[in-house]
Amino acid sequence: MERILSFDQLKKQYEEVKHQTDLRLLTLNQAPSFIQLPEPYNRDLSVRHLMVCADTGCAASHSLGIADLLEKTIEKYGLQDKVKVIKTGCFGLCSQGPIIVVHPERVMYTQLKVEHIEEIVRNHLRDGHYVEHLLLGAREGNPTTNYDQVDFFRKQTRIATRNCGVINPASLEEYISQKGYLALGKCLTEWTPDDVVDIVKKSGLRGRGGAGFPTGMKWGFTAVEKEPQKYVCCNADEGDPGAFMDRSVLEGDPHSVLEAMAIAGYAIGADTGFIYIRAEYPSAIRRLLSSIEQAKEAGLLGNNIMGTGFNFNIELRLGAGAFVCGEETALIASVEGNRGEPRNKPPYPAAKGIYGKPTVINNVETLANICPIILNGSDWFRSIGTEKSPGTKVFALAGKVNNVGLIEVPMGTTLREIIYEIGGGIVNDKQLKAVQTGGPSGGCIPARYLDTPIDYESLQVIGTMMGSGGMIVLDETTCMVNIAKFYLEFTVDESCGKCTPCRFGNRYMLDIMNKITHGQGTREDLDKLSQLGETIKEASLCGLGQSSPNPVLSTIRYFRDEYLAHIDDKRCPAGVCTSLLQYEIVPELCIGCTICAKNCPVQCISGAVRQVHYIDQAACIKCGLCFSKCPKKAIIRK
Amino acid sequence: MSMVQLTINGLPVHAEAGTTILDAAKSIGIKIPSLCYLHLPDVNVVCQGASCRVCLVEIDGRRNLAPSCSTTVVEGMVVKTDTSRAVEARKTMLELMLSNHPHNCLFCKRRESCELKALSAEMGIDELPFQAPVPEEELDLSNFSIVRDTTKCILCRRCETVCTQVQTMGIYSGVQRGFHTRIDTAFHTPMMETACTFCGQCVAVCPTAALTEVDNSAVVFKAVRDPKKTVIVQTAPAVRVALGEELGYPVGTNVTGKMVTALRRLGFDKVVDTDFAADLTIIEEATELIHRIQNNGVLPMMTSCCPAWIKFLEHKYPDMLPNLSTCKSPHEMLGAVIKAYYAEKLKVNLDQLVVVSVMPCLAKKYENNRPELSDGTYADVDIVISTRELAGMIKHSGIQFTNLPEGDFDRPFGESTGASVIFGTTGGVMEAALRTAYETITGEKLEHLEFEEMRGFQGIKTGSVKIGDLKVHVAVAHTLRNARQLMDEIQNGTADYHFIEVMACPGGCIGGGGQPYHHGEMDTLRKRASALYTADEAKVIRRSHENPDITKLYQDYLGEPNGHIAHELLHTHYTRRNKH
Amino acid sequence: MACTGLQSKFQELDQYIDNLSISDKGSALIPVLHRAQTIFGYLPQDVQAHIAERLDVSTAKVYGVVSFYTFFTMEPRGRFNISVCLGTACFVGGAEAVLQEFEKELKIKSGETTSDFKFSITPVRCVGACSLAPIVMINDKVYPRVKASEVAHILAEYDEM
Ligand SMILES: Cc1cc2nc3c(=O)[nH]c(=O)nc-3n(C[C@H](O)[C@H](O)[C@H](O)COP(=O)(O)O)c2cc1C
Ligand code: SF4
Ligand code: SF4
Ligand code: SF4
Ligand code: SF4
Ligand code: SF4
Ligand code: SF4
Ligand code: SF4
Ligand code: SF4
Ligand code: FES
Ligand code: FES
Ligand code: FES
Repeated sequence: MERILSFDQLKKQYEEVKHQTDLRLLTLNQAPSFIQLPEPYNRDLSVRHLMVCADTGCAASHSLGIADLLEKTIEKYGLQDKVKVIKTGCFGLCSQGPIIVVHPERVMYTQLKVEHIEEIVRNHLRDGHYVEHLLLGAREGNPTTNYDQVDFFRKQTRIATRNCGVINPASLEEYISQKGYLALGKCLTEWTPDDVVDIVKKSGLRGRGGAGFPTGMKWGFTAVEKEPQKYVCCNADEGDPGAFMDRSVLEGDPHSVLEAMAIAGYAIGADTGFIYIRAEYPSAIRRLLSSIEQAKEAGLLGNNIMGTGFNFNIELRLGAGAFVCGEETALIASVEGNRGEPRNKPPYPAAKGIYGKPTVINNVETLANICPIILNGSDWFRSIGTEKSPGTKVFALAGKVNNVGLIEVPMGTTLREIIYEIGGGIVNDKQLKAVQTGGPSGGCIPARYLDTPIDYESLQVIGTMMGSGGMIVLDETTCMVNIAKFYLEFTVDESCGKCTPCRFGNRYMLDIMNKITHGQGTREDLDKLSQLGETIKEASLCGLGQSSPNPVLSTIRYFRDEYLAHIDDKRCPAGVCTSLLQYEIVPELCIGCTICAKNCPVQCISGAVRQVHYIDQAACIKCGLCFSKCPKKAIIRK
Repeated sequence: MSMVQLTINGLPVHAEAGTTILDAAKSIGIKIPSLCYLHLPDVNVVCQGASCRVCLVEIDGRRNLAPSCSTTVVEGMVVKTDTSRAVEARKTMLELMLSNHPHNCLFCKRRESCELKALSAEMGIDELPFQAPVPEEELDLSNFSIVRDTTKCILCRRCETVCTQVQTMGIYSGVQRGFHTRIDTAFHTPMMETACTFCGQCVAVCPTAALTEVDNSAVVFKAVRDPKKTVIVQTAPAVRVALGEELGYPVGTNVTGKMVTALRRLGFDKVVDTDFAADLTIIEEATELIHRIQNNGVLPMMTSCCPAWIKFLEHKYPDMLPNLSTCKSPHEMLGAVIKAYYAEKLKVNLDQLVVVSVMPCLAKKYENNRPELSDGTYADVDIVISTRELAGMIKHSGIQFTNLPEGDFDRPFGESTGASVIFGTTGGVMEAALRTAYETITGEKLEHLEFEEMRGFQGIKTGSVKIGDLKVHVAVAHTLRNARQLMDEIQNGTADYHFIEVMACPGGCIGGGGQPYHHGEMDTLRKRASALYTADEAKVIRRSHENPDITKLYQDYLGEPNGHIAHELLHTHYTRRNKH
Repeated sequence: MACTGLQSKFQELDQYIDNLSISDKGSALIPVLHRAQTIFGYLPQDVQAHIAERLDVSTAKVYGVVSFYTFFTMEPRGRFNISVCLGTACFVGGAEAVLQEFEKELKIKSGETTSDFKFSITPVRCVGACSLAPIVMINDKVYPRVKASEVAHILAEYDEM
């Protein structure tokens, strides 16, 4: 792309390329400004854009090979002039991957395999017939032709993920076709830094990295600092295991984050930005590096951006496997080349951040909201979501829910809507038990709070937190004690070890949890857990320790019965805690085939051929082999 | 500085902005416990990691508890230190810290000075709700100065902070993480194989027995109780103004006389004064300086009486070794003179003679084992003990220190001047040397002996003195961070000095690693230093070159300063060492 | 021969350090360690000491950093590194059983390497492909929705290598 020397030139460029992606924008539920239904719709319907999800999720199920094959097949059928294959970011419905979407029909084909490709090209692209059995929903018996109509998409509002699945993230031109860098140009030419801070303040945007701190205020604090050198830092550490919103945005729409960082730089007076990204995200890292280069070559980053004299350079810093480095002061330590140990606040990063200089640290998703706010205004943003939590939130929906994937919903949407409408309900129609939000810092929300609107305050009231957006759906087969123990194990592993309460306290809580799941817990242990947990929260140095007991505390609060079953009855109601299990042979069902006895590694099953078998409970090591091998399902687990 | 108004436990407090809650509370007589916090403002020692959490307090409007050691006061703040919420949390912190701590206070070297033990007594810890096995670790006994027992480490990180921030040596780091975090050397290397300077500052700040000195008192007891041995003891300048702290005297008391008596009662055959050797050092060093200046020698010349500083230079700036004065440190000089000259006079066989140095210093325990500080067979000094060890020996022997009569050092190494006394504090060597250099070169008498600009705890002090036609530029640094800064300036050519004094410890030897624990009280260092200056003023003779015993020693034995014998006995050489 | 190989690895590392654009050398430590681990496969003591020297930071600091971050290893790893995701989504999806199966098949514990240096098992916390939980990665190859019963089959792919 040729170098852009002024905002006017960028606007001209936008006018030239804006129709490139029109074809893909018939979405019904996009944010208002992005609805650009070309009316009347008069395009040649044989021109098509084929969007292939190339995000890590679908790539893991070989979508890249499918994209290659698509191109070859299209050529084979001589359609290459009419059909364009575009590798794009995540559509959100990741569990159905690999996915392709055909525009302008808005037809989604899911769970594709190489052998399906020819059929799609021939039947659909050449002959104009949908391939029914590959359509979204076909496997469940209700194929859909317009994917916008399904609940999963209908209920969503996409701001932060507006371009994911819509543009080719590797193409700066396509980003510009979606008004890319216009927000930056507008800020640099029409507004003062104070104006920019003001707009963000008025929008009410709150940090999406977990704490929900108002972004405009944070920018304002940093802007008033007198230091000549300041920094903008994008927190892309995304440590919450089971969450991948930030990765998807970075892979699917990297420029929106880069542009927002430059805007932040302009607003606070910084000329350098860092992206702290976890090393576990190699594709996002590659994408970012090449996007930064692209933007620099185009004069949209680097020195003298769009001829305005504003300079902004962005560097990457890789994490190295430490969850705590998502905490902002630990992140600073890590960027500076140290152990990722948090420090006391104040001073906040706004006053003393990276290299001791005033620094704005924002989460990826927070930044991804900035450009739309600048372009559409704060009132528009406030019109979405709730009064105190405007806008949307992206969640990584996982666990025992049918539609596992990435969703973006207005704040205030209820859990019920998310799980049963967007998420398509619980796998195998099991009973929903709880929803875990906020990752290792959050808590478990029991099914009875399903109608709680999701916003920062409401979640806090019921003892969990928004967190960064991990949302794990748990069904009746989940043991709440075990899941709390899982999170605690995580925080014990990830504690930096600097301060006393977190270093020792979490470990001792874990010891108690282990006792309980092994049937050795007492009721006093439960009190000890609560007391110690509260103290750890009050006494810890950083957010990790201040929230690490939450999973345990919230499950004790809502699922005390399950704890008591483990303690008093030495029983795991969900049948998960191995050492509390019992395998028993139901005499009525046993045919005496001896398979179980042959498989038992400790030979504790006795019984003659064609006689009912019997398990010696004292010797059984609960390996479960007999249970899985019995051809008659005569062995039950209690 | 602007002042802010706040309330602590309902009491109004007026404090400077920037003060910690902990210090503000202290100012109105409220003690908040602390462990990881340490602040010696004048010498730039700040440990404020806020990691131990035993100083937690409640602040109105704050969700969680705040570490008072690192939270500064704010106008209108309402602090409560005595609510059950705060007290119980603090107690839990201590209980957690003790949960995997070996509980053998009875046999512990820090049993009398341990901050952890004192705190658990104060806070009334009488049972442990949590217990984990004490980690199995071996003692690091690799070196002559410091013993590490990591099982007693509470991860306060004071040692790490001091070694890294104050001394720039970075010998320790937190390693691993979470429950497995330890403070350790790189790859768990024994201290002897690291670049450690043995300055002992880590020991000086450790609140527990995780870091202690190598205790030589048993060896000394054995020697003094051996009738066949002649044991001569010498004491460094800084010892006399600190020893009293351990034995019932207020900080800053000069207990020279009682110390001498106590040493005699302990069974030493001769009690001599390292101050004498300090005078000797001045003569040798001033002569060397004049020689270098007059003969285009390597300049700036740098003092060599601090073994930690020497080791620092050997590791980090080996190219600067020619700048070091070749003078041995004072106690080594005296040891050499005793063995070469005095032994003969006493008619003692060298294998029956033991020279013991009582030093404020742990580096000197390493120093006397350097092979070049010997005549090839016999080390110049045989055993070094610290001020703390001497105090311990006095206690073990049942000597009622406060009731002792005053004693005098044995001649001919007992006479000393005011110049030598101030060796014990930063700037003292410089001041002493300037007194002698000035008068030797100009032949004039100094009217005003005090070089005020060389006094005080400023990190780097510089000045110039007109000596005859020559303007001599001098600089004084204490702590290795400041030394490093000076070295960098010299190497970049941004600084130009003739003479430089460096002491590794904050405040000089008065703040040495072997001194009674200061427990973070800046006043302790200040009072020790001023006691030395008072001692200087009280002396009749205040110039090294006027020490009659020194003059006599040259006449009787050494010949000329920097002469042949002096060179053999009183000078040494240095070794380039690995950077890490 | 092995020696010159090692030498050229050090040269490669030095070249990287020389070309660093980060002005404050100390803050380049983590990028340098990443690069060094790519070059050497792991971070033995002499490599760490070398880096300390070149970046003018203390060796203890380098070791402190290496031992803090799970990404860095001081032990040589196997040619095939099996990363089993134990993030929440994968855990809920049964990753523990998958991990146990790998441990059983290879007769090593998680975090260890087989004696022939062919395989290592490394537990990881979420690789960001949670929708396909449980995830296993062998070097760069991703195995989605792995079941314990498939483990032997997966390992068989590497029989001839
Ligand atoms: C233990 C811990 C881990 C965190 N991890 C992340 C993370 O992975 N990504 C993130 O953006 N913020 C994380 N945060 C929150 C950050 O500290 C910080 O609040 C956030 O990056 C600020 O950006 P925001 O205001 O845009 O949310 C974490 C906080 C804690 C205490
Ligand atoms: S709370 Fe945990 S992670 Fe945070 S500083 Fe303390 S030990 Fe480190
Ligand atoms: S669970 Fe395992 S040990 Fe127990 S009876 Fe069945 S096969 Fe045997
Ligand atoms: S495998 Fe099942 S049916 Fe066969 S002997 Fe065992 S319990 Fe009975
Ligand atoms: S270090 Fe302190 S608490 Fe620990 S054993 Fe020694 S005296 Fe007791
Ligand atoms: S304090 Fe208690 S344990 Fe210690 S010696 Fe006295 S009585 Fe014994
Ligand atoms: S003795 Fe000095 S140099 Fe050695 S570790 Fe302690 S503080 Fe550091
Ligand atoms: S060794 Fe001493 S000073 Fe160092 S961290 Fe441990 S307890 Fe603190
Ligand atoms: S300053 Fe004094 S006490 Fe400290 S190391 Fe040097 S000589 Fe020893
Ligand atoms: S990764 Fe392909 S749809 Fe999410
Ligand atoms: S003294 Fe305040 S946290 Fe340790
Ligand atoms: S939890 Fe395994 S990939 Fe995210």
